[in-house]
Formats: sequence, C-alpha cells, structure tokens
Amino acid sequence: MEERKESLVDKIGMPRIIIISFFLILLIAAVPLGLSFTGLLSDTIRRWAMYGILVLAMVPAVQSGIGLNFGISLGIVAGLLGATLSIQLGFSSPWISLFVALGFGTFFSIFLGIGYGQILNRVKGSEMTVSTYVGFSVIAFMNIVWLSLPFTSGELIWPLGGKGMRNTISLQSSYGEVLNNWLAFDIAGVRVPTGLILFFLGACFLVWLFMRSKTGVAMSATGANPTFTKSSGIETDRMRILGTMVSTMLGAIGIIIYSQSYGFLQLYNAPLMMGFHCVAAVLIGGATVSRAKISHVILGTFLFQGILTVALPVVNNLLPESNLSDVIRIIISNGIILYALSKTKGGSK
Amino acid sequence: MTEKFLLNMQNIEKEYFGNKVLKGVNLQIKPGEIHALMGENGAGKSTLMNVLFGMPVIHSTGGFEGTVEINGEQVEITSPQEAMEHGIGMVHQEFMLIPGFTITENIKVGREISKPTLSSKIFSKKLEELDIDSMRADAREDLRKTGLDIAEYVKVAGLPVGYMQFVEIAREIDKTGVKLLVFDEPTAVLTESEADNLLETMKKIAASGISIVFITHRLDEVMAVADSLTILRDGEFVTRIETKDTTVERIAELMIGRKTEKLVDDMEDDRVIDTNNIALSMKDYYVDMPGEEVKGLDLDIYKGEIFGIGGLAGQGKIGIPNGIMGLYKTEGEVKLFGESLNLDKLGEALSKGIAFVSEDRRGVGLLLDEPIYNNIAFSAMQIKGEFLKSYGLFRLFDVKQAKEHAEDMIKLFDIRTTGPSQEAGALSGGNQQKVCLARAITMKPDVLLVSEPTRGIDIGAKKLVLEYLVKINREQGITIVVVSSELVELRSVCDRIAIISDGKVNRILKPDSSDAEFGLAMAGAKGGE
Amino acid sequence: MELEKRTFADWLNENKVVVLFVILCVLAIYASGYSLSFVGAELFTRIGRNGFTVLSLLIPVLAGMGLNFGITIGAIAAQIAVFWVVYWGFEGIQGFLICVLLSTPIAMLFGFLVGKLFNKMKGSEMIAGMVLGYFADGLYQFFFLFVIGGVIPVVSETLLIAGNVGVKNTIDLAGNLKYALDTVSMLQLVDVFLVVSIILLGIKLLFKYVRKINVDIKKNIVFVALAIVLFGLSYVGPITRFLAQDRLLLRHALYIMTVIIIAVQVQKIVINKHIKKDEAFNLTGAIFPIILMLVLNILQFIPQVSQLLDFVRIPVTTYLLIALLCLFNNALLNTVLGQNMRTVGQSRVVANSAGIDVDKTRVIAMIFSTVLACWGQLIYLQNIGTFSTYGAHTQVGQFAIAALLVGGASVQKATNKQAIIGVILFHTLFIVAPQAGKNLFDNAQLGEYFRVFVAYGVIAVSLAMHAWNVVKKPKEEKLEPVKTSD
Repeated sequence: MEERKESLVDKIGMPRIIIISFFLILLIAAVPLGLSFTGLLSDTIRRWAMYGILVLAMVPAVQSGIGLNFGISLGIVAGLLGATLSIQLGFSSPWISLFVALGFGTFFSIFLGIGYGQILNRVKGSEMTVSTYVGFSVIAFMNIVWLSLPFTSGELIWPLGGKGMRNTISLQSSYGEVLNNWLAFDIAGVRVPTGLILFFLGACFLVWLFMRSKTGVAMSATGANPTFTKSSGIETDRMRILGTMVSTMLGAIGIIIYSQSYGFLQLYNAPLMMGFHCVAAVLIGGATVSRAKISHVILGTFLFQGILTVALPVVNNLLPESNLSDVIRIIISNGIILYALSKTKGGSK
Repeated sequence: MTEKFLLNMQNIEKEYFGNKVLKGVNLQIKPGEIHALMGENGAGKSTLMNVLFGMPVIHSTGGFEGTVEINGEQVEITSPQEAMEHGIGMVHQEFMLIPGFTITENIKVGREISKPTLSSKIFSKKLEELDIDSMRADAREDLRKTGLDIAEYVKVAGLPVGYMQFVEIAREIDKTGVKLLVFDEPTAVLTESEADNLLETMKKIAASGISIVFITHRLDEVMAVADSLTILRDGEFVTRIETKDTTVERIAELMIGRKTEKLVDDMEDDRVIDTNNIALSMKDYYVDMPGEEVKGLDLDIYKGEIFGIGGLAGQGKIGIPNGIMGLYKTEGEVKLFGESLNLDKLGEALSKGIAFVSEDRRGVGLLLDEPIYNNIAFSAMQIKGEFLKSYGLFRLFDVKQAKEHAEDMIKLFDIRTTGPSQEAGALSGGNQQKVCLARAITMKPDVLLVSEPTRGIDIGAKKLVLEYLVKINREQGITIVVVSSELVELRSVCDRIAIISDGKVNRILKPDSSDAEFGLAMAGAKGGE
Repeated sequence: MELEKRTFADWLNENKVVVLFVILCVLAIYASGYSLSFVGAELFTRIGRNGFTVLSLLIPVLAGMGLNFGITIGAIAAQIAVFWVVYWGFEGIQGFLICVLLSTPIAMLFGFLVGKLFNKMKGSEMIAGMVLGYFADGLYQFFFLFVIGGVIPVVSETLLIAGNVGVKNTIDLAGNLKYALDTVSMLQLVDVFLVVSIILLGIKLLFKYVRKINVDIKKNIVFVALAIVLFGLSYVGPITRFLAQDRLLLRHALYIMTVIIIAVQVQKIVINKHIKKDEAFNLTGAIFPIILMLVLNILQFIPQVSQLLDFVRIPVTTYLLIALLCLFNNALLNTVLGQNMRTVGQSRVVANSAGIDVDKTRVIAMIFSTVLACWGQLIYLQNIGTFSTYGAHTQVGQFAIAALLVGGASVQKATNKQAIIGVILFHTLFIVAPQAGKNLFDNAQLGEYFRVFVAYGVIAVSLAMHAWNVVKKPKEEKLEPVKTSD
C-alpha cells in the first residue's frame, strides 16, 4: 500500500473549506454593512440548537449501516402528529403541553421506525434511494391525513368551517418558545436560549451514552462491518432496525423542539425537504455516508445554520428583494450531498 | 526433432511487491494438443495465465520477465484485447455470460456483425445496423461445433450450468483465428455426465487444430484427455511430461514436492490424547458457502489435539469453520463435547466456547476504522458481557480496561503498532492477523478454529503465531483446528491432518505420511483408507 | 392445461401495476362523473404534452443507469433557450426551431457532464440524479434570479422583475411560442416529408456513386415515391382542405393508424413467417396489434366512444414526433451502439471484458436522454402556453418517472409501450382525481393530494421492489449446487 501524506486540504475536504471560507466572508461582510453582529450571533445560536436534534437523528442511522436517513420525514410526521394531538387535548400549562407532545410523538415514532427499519432491511444497498421516496410518499400521504383528521381545536383547523387542518399552526397559546425562554439570559447583547441549548446538549449526551453501551457498540459495528458483527453473534438486521427506530424517534423529538422554537407548527409540504437539509448539515460537519459522530452534528449544524442566518441579511443589503437565502441553501445542501456521494462509490466497475 | 510450438513461454518471472510468485516458469504447447497445467494453490497457475492474457493486474504491478512466443515469433501482450488478436481465448471459471441475452447475443457480444447505414457513414460506425440473420447463422455453426443441441435464439438464463459452459466455449471458437483456448478448472461446477461431455468436446476442438490448456487438479481427467502436462510448485517449474509417460501417483508426488523443514521448534509434549473424548464432531455436515461448499462431511476431533484441515482451494475446507460459526447456512449434526450445536442460532458456537479466526481478516475479522482495543474486546464484550462498567442502570464500554487488555495482547503477540488506540486498518497484514488472534484468545475458548493463520505473514511472525498456538495447546489444553492451504504449516504443528476434496474428507493422514499420499488425497483420488 | 393456467395468472402477476391502475382509473372516472369526451380531450392534450419526455427516460434504463432523475437538467436547458428566444422576439415555428437549435448544444453539454458524474457513482445513479436535479435547480434559480439582469444586462418590462434583476415568475408564451409546434399543418408536413426524403436519397446516391460505398437505397426510393404521390394528392381540392388542418379528428386518426398498423404487421408476418421461415418469430406478438386495432374500431360503435372520437382533435405534428421517437428508440436498439448499451446495462463486467468502452457508452446514453428530455420540455412549454420560470422543470422528473412506472416499467426494463400506457393511465388519474375527491369526500383538495401521493408512492414502491428482488434471487439460486450427488 502506498504511503501518501494527506495534505490538509484532503483531510478536511474541499467543499468543507469552501463552506467555512464562505461563512467567514459573510461574517466579515456583515460588519461594514452595519448589521448587528450580536443579533446575527443570537440568531445563529438559536437556529443551531433548534435544528440540532433533527441532525442528531442522522447519527444512529448512519452508524447502524442504513446510510443517510433521507426518510427522516417519517419521524417528523410522527412528531407532528404528537404535537397536534397535544394541542387538540388542550393543556393549559405549556410545559405539560410540550411533554405530552413529546410523549405522543415518541410513541408514534417507535412504531413507524420499526416498520421503516424492516423495509430498509429488505432493500440493502439501495437504502438512500428508497428512503428518499418513502419519505416523500409519507409526506404526501399525510397531506391527505391532515385534511381528514377529526380534530376540532380552533388552533388547528381552518376557521369559518374550512376543511381540514391549517398549513401553519401558531404555538403562541400552547408551548411556543417555552424551552427557549426557560433560564434564558443575555450576555453582551447576545441572547442565549438556555433551555433549548440544554435540551439539545442533553439529547446529544444521551445519544453518546447509548453509543457507548453494549448495544450501541454493537450497532456501530453493524454499520462498519456487518459480517464481522454477525460473526460475533449479533443479529445485524435487528441492529439496523434499532438504529432506524432511534433515528425516527430523534426525528419526532427534533421537529417538536424545532417547532416550539420557531413558534409555529408547519404541516403539509413544509417538511418535504427537511431530510436533505439534515443530511447536508451532518455531512458539512465531517460525516460520511458510513460514519457519523456527534461532533459532526454539532459542528455541521452550526456551520450550515450559520451561513443561512448570516447570508440573508447580508445579501438583502446588497441585492434587495431576493430570496437568495433559499437559493443558497439549495445549492449548498445538495452540493455537499453530491460531493459525499461521489466520494463513497469510487468508480466501481 | 524440433517440433514447432504454438506457444512457447520461457523463463517467466513475476513479482508482486517483493513477493516472487513465478520463478522462471516455462510453458510449451504444440498445435492441436491438449495440455494440462497442474499444481497446488499458490503454485502460480493463475498468475501464469494472467501473464499470457495480458491482464491489467500484471501490468499495473510491474509487468513480468521472460519471453512469450507464438508460432516462433516473439510477442508482447499487454491487454486481453491483444491476446484475443493473437488468437488466445479463455473460458473463465466464473461465466462471462449475460443471462438476459440470447445465446447468439452472448456469442457475439462486443463483436456484433453489422451493416452500414446512412447515419453510420455520417456520424459513427457504431450506428451500423445489426445483422441479426448473419449472427444467428454463425451462432448455429458454433453450437454445432461444440456439439450442443439447442436453438441459438434461446435466452441463457435458466440454462443448466453445463450448457452455459458450452456457450462460453462457443463464444471463444466464434472468434476468428482462435488458436489456443485456456480452460480454468472447467469441470469444477459440472455434474459427472456434463464433465464427460465437456472432455469429449475438448477432444473435438483439439482435433480441429485448436490447442487447449486446461488448469485442473483432477488427475483422472488429465490421464483421460491430456496429451501432455506441466507441473508448477511454489512458483517454480517442476517438469513437463507426456501423459503416456507417467502415472497418477507420480504426478501427485511431483505436485507436493519434498519439504522436510519444520516451521516450529520441537516443544515438550506430555499430552495424552483420549480418542474417546471428542471435542468437536460433525456428521453429514453440509455448508452452503459459495465456492467452498461442504457436501456431507463426517469428522471427529479429539480434545486436546491440534487438528489440521487441508486441501485445494474450492474443495470446501474453508467452509467447515465458517459453517460452525454460523456465517453460512448449514445442515447436519455438529456436536461440541457431546452437546448438539444449534447452528441456525447466531452466536451459538461463540457462546458455547468456540472461537474463530477468519481467513478473511479485513472483510470478516476486523473493524478497520476502529482502534485495536475495540477490536480485541468486541466479541468478549458482546458474548460474555466483559469490558463493561456499570453505572446504575447503564452498562457502558469500559475503555480503560479494554486498553489495558489490548496492551497485554500487544506485548504477547509482539504486535507492531503505535498503541492500543491505533486503527486496526493502519496495521500491516501480519499484525492485523495477530489482532484477530488476540480477539479470539480474549474469549478464552475451549476450541479454537483458525483459518489460514499465517496467510500474508512474514516468516518470523509465522513462527511466532504457530508457536503460540502450540503453546496454548500444550499448556491450557485448548483444542485447536487449523485450516490451511500450506501443507508445510500443517505438517509442522498438527497431530492429524484431514484432506478435504469435493466437500468431503478424502483421507486423514499423519504429518509424516508420504508426499504421494498427500498428493493423491488433494487430487481427490478415490480409494483412500 | 396446466401451462395455460400458469400463463394467465403469471400474466396478471407480471402486469399487476398496470391492471391495478386501470381499475383505479375506471373507478376514478366513474366517481368524478366526467364524460368520456371531456376526459378524452384533456387526456389527449396531455399525452401530446408529456409523451415525448416520458419516452426520453427509456435509454438510461436500457444502459443500466436506472430511472433518470436527472432529466430536470434537460428541462433546464430547454428553459434557458426559451427565455432568450422570447427575449429576442422570435415567434411561431421559427421561434420553436431556434429554441431547438439553441438548447440542443446546451443539453448535450449537460448530458455529457451528468454522464461523467454518473460514471463516478456507478450503482448510485438514481440518488445522484435526484440530488443533482435539486442542485441544478438551485444553480438555475441563481442564474435566473441574479445573473440575468444583474450580471448579464437584460432590459425588459415583460420579462424581468421590477428593478431589472431577475426573471419574472411567469412568462406568457401566447403570441410567441404558444402552440408553435401544434399549429404546424399537415400540408406543411407533406412538404417537409418531400424535401427530407429527396435530400436523403440524394445523399445516399452520392455515397453510392461518388464514393463507391454500398448503401441500400431501396427503402429511400419507396419513400421518395410515396412523398411525391402525397405531394401531388395534396393539390386535390378536398384533400387540400383536409391536410390544411393542424389538428386531426381522433376518429380520422384512428382510421389512419389502423390502416398503417395492419399493413406493417402483415408485412412483418409475411416476411418472417413465410419468406424467412424464422422459428424465433413471435407470431402472437405480431398478431396482437392487429387485433387491438380491430377491437378499437369496434369500440367506436359505443355511443360514448363515438362521441369522444368526434370531439377530440389531436395536434398532428406533436403526435408525429412522439411516434418518431418511438421508432427512434427501436432503431437505436437495432444498432451496434444500442446493443452496446444493452450489454453495459446487463453486465458492466462482461461488457468490459468484451472490449466495450463502458464509460463512454454510458455518457452517450445520458447525452441522448438529456437532449430528448430537453426537446420534450420544449414541446411541453409550447403546448401549455405559460412558462412558469421557477416551477416548470421541478416536477418534470417526478411525474415523468411515475408515469413510466405506472405503465409497468421497472428500474431495469422499460419499453415504448409501457411509456405510452403509463402516460395514459397516470394522466387520466391526474385529470379525474380532484373531482372524484370532491364527489366522494366532498373535498377536491383531497383528490389533488391523492394524485401527488400516487406519483410519489408509485416511485417508492418501484424502487423498493427493484432492490427487493435483487436481494432475494441470488439466495434462491445458490442452494442448488450444494446437494448434487455424484
């Protein structure tokens, strides 16, 4: 085997360098444009913590060998079901509301996750392709469901006797921003949403503990080398289902935390491309199609959200009346996914 | 009388990264003769054919030394295309056929006959129209020559394996100017009657002037059909003889060769092997491991012995331990110390005290991206719950303990590494093998199955590994089963050696049995004990 | 007896997707309460609009690259051309042809790049195509929102957003490209046919006598003769009036098709069965189209069908192009290049060892597909009449692939027939679903969501089934050799 000295560029990866540089350029550009640096930072921190758990969901999926979980939509859907159910039941305390939502969401996600895992076990080798379209189908199917669920709460359905649930549901009266505001404080003009950050880091810690347990180690081995794992007496198929299930659960929890931070629940086609954004974020943080660590999640989400947060106002200053932010997000997220895909299957003949 | 040779390969030498695989080998084929190329695994037969064929694997690793002459003219063959142009064809062991295509399409693949059209003149020759009628006519003729009675428009999918072999042959003889055909273990996948048909066809083809080289270890086939044969051993040219001038026993002997060196120093041996205390017993044992099938094997291994399992590649010896560990589907009865093992249950063998070191260390034996301590501790952690620390309800991986244990193993096996945290994938092959062994030992097994223990390891490390095996056998009474393609290794450390042929035990020999006996057993000659 | 039983149940199983969708469509049409004529008119418009694009998906499937989720990129090439043509003010069929001239090289370049990328990801072409489609969309949006007007100076009140940076969301094609192709009359086609066949004959004669290369000119002479006859006939009064139309009544189209198909099939049967006496010839397969056309003709006696036939008018040129593409797909299969693509699609290993340049063949397949998808998008835009700048290309991939799959195609096998059947079934569902939803569930929106769900669901199931089988089959085959006794 040839010994090659990996240059720094090779190690970090060209796209990551482009993204980091881009981020720094935007940050630097923000100052002379007179944008509030502290404002931008506050926004970035908030978006980092609120997206984090959704990106965290990628870790158990990748580690257990099913690749990047484009089908996180299943988890998101479970979470949304739990969230809407909680509002329908109408609790006065925002905390109870939130935790009931989390409870139901997790509950639904367990079943969906196991079923999804069983499908993925039958399509080994094409998990990513299949999961993308299963994800899309589920969102499309849920459109029909949202339209027909017999919910009655005024918060949920269209006023004036319209059919079905609203596209966007305000959480102001239930659990909107409840975590964000808990123990929040300001430091040097930057707002720190303590509750939210604690929850995110707490989730990271729990996942880390899980990965270090006997089952977690077995699960990671399954993704790395299924034959090795099998030869040590472990049912790899069950490990994959476990990984899928945990990923789906994190998806459910993630969307609820995200929504409470955002202040709104978004139904129908809004979560359609979320899978892609989560995948992109974890890849930017350094993960690959076969290995993902929690550090990748933390770094990647920060960079990805950072660019989006800073880009919008900066560009709005330069070119008013544009939704460049959206376009940038599309280019960056799909670009990095494409790069990651091209790295794995290296021209196999 | 100097007969002109169709093919004359002289003094072929080939080195792979410092390892000499061919050490001055000759191959001479006369026109229209059937010539057998024989030798054990690793003798160099496939490499020699790769050289003849101009395969990329030869040229991307430094080329070869020596000369190749066709009909007296020296040639340079650097690609399979060029080999084809010189009239050399190859019928592979893994069929190069497309099941979804018809026989005609398979015969003509890449060489379709076509008629020019307007667009082909303007744009590209590739736009010529296929001349299906001509191609089908050619295919019919080729099939007739091979004696296969089947319509040329039938799809290949669903044809019996024997027929597919003939389609392969038909494809090769369809190529214009084919002078030499190479068959690589052609009868390996055929039934007896199909094999007979094949041998008949080979005779027909040779009679029409095309020479045939066929790689085989089946002595009876050689005696039946070959005019002459070449024997290789360990990359060296042993001899070229006419079949009529030799016997089966002589060939077997020449293939094994005379090796008297012992790989390990003699150790104190005050064991008493009780033939009534059977550690591992197999009855009517089948293993479905692709390429190494076991087909109804019976074997008893005594407690405390070092038992060797040898045989040629593809005969099934590798399937034996892989089946016991549950990596492939099995049938039949396997008992461990009298207790039946349920091989369908994953991890059964491991939990009952059998550990395994796989022959595929990179594929099966290791987690290449994980540190050494993780690799070594893994099985023990999963099966026996070791290397875990309790934190109330949780049990987490005790990295510190695993690292300490890994340090011990590194010292014991003299593993060359920067430390227990180095990734297993960064180690050299020999050291990786030691890590695999360490992992098996960490399980503290009663029975240890080792498959190709010293493959790819240098001489010094070989000695160390083999001596360690003998040591734990003598000192701790661990029953060891060594599966290896290196007879020297087996004869150095084993108490008894079983030679596997065609998925079954051909015979069980002592290390000091004669070379001829080993040779005949490996060649699958019937009429053993 | 047993063999026949197996065949029908087998046939049902093999075509389960098509059968399911036929039933679904029939139920949905009934539930919607629409008349057959209404559905028929909409359907035939949509076939003309989308058929070409769906047919462009066949070549990549053939070459083993699966479902080409990257056809979005071909659509983008078309849209770039359309913008410039509208901006420069070209109209009608000239405008359309300029679009073709402009977009084709762009599409060829894109196809080349996509092919190269896919070669790096053998085995993951489909997911790569999906992601690439989105990525290309992002770049396209960047180009149309900021570069046009921002970097490239373009001034236009109708086309650009106020502020002259970025293209408007919708561009109305009425007056320039709308129906550019659809309004080409049959008279003009007859003229084109005459000119083209004479030119081809001329070129072939050149090759034959000047460069002394042997080419078959029999067919060409027949075509020229036919063209001259048609040309002459077109001066006859009633025929002139008939041919001056650009849209053909469905009834007349049915008659013409029946005559052509029966003639072609009979010729095939006579040649293969009686003259060549070919054993491999599939007689039932050749007779089937004849029976089909006769059945369709008999159906016209049902009043609703008769009404339909007299109501619907199909744009001749567009349909002719679709038919030509079908013929092209078949012709390609009959060339060395086509056979190479098939070989590469079946087994890259075998193709490689047979001396075929696998990478090059795959790139060529992608170039073909992208160019065809580009033309398909041009046909789509000229028919729909409004150019939805940021949305026209996004669903193209999804719906085209879904349609193909509904027709019974799979990741490994797709034919002209499946493409056409798929377009018919998929779009029928599309037309009737909202109204059916309204009638059944009192919610038209439900029907709309249902049809999108069907599109995604069909693709998901097909992808899963493709991967499923691949896992199962080898296992079943392997167990055989173990038990051979000797």
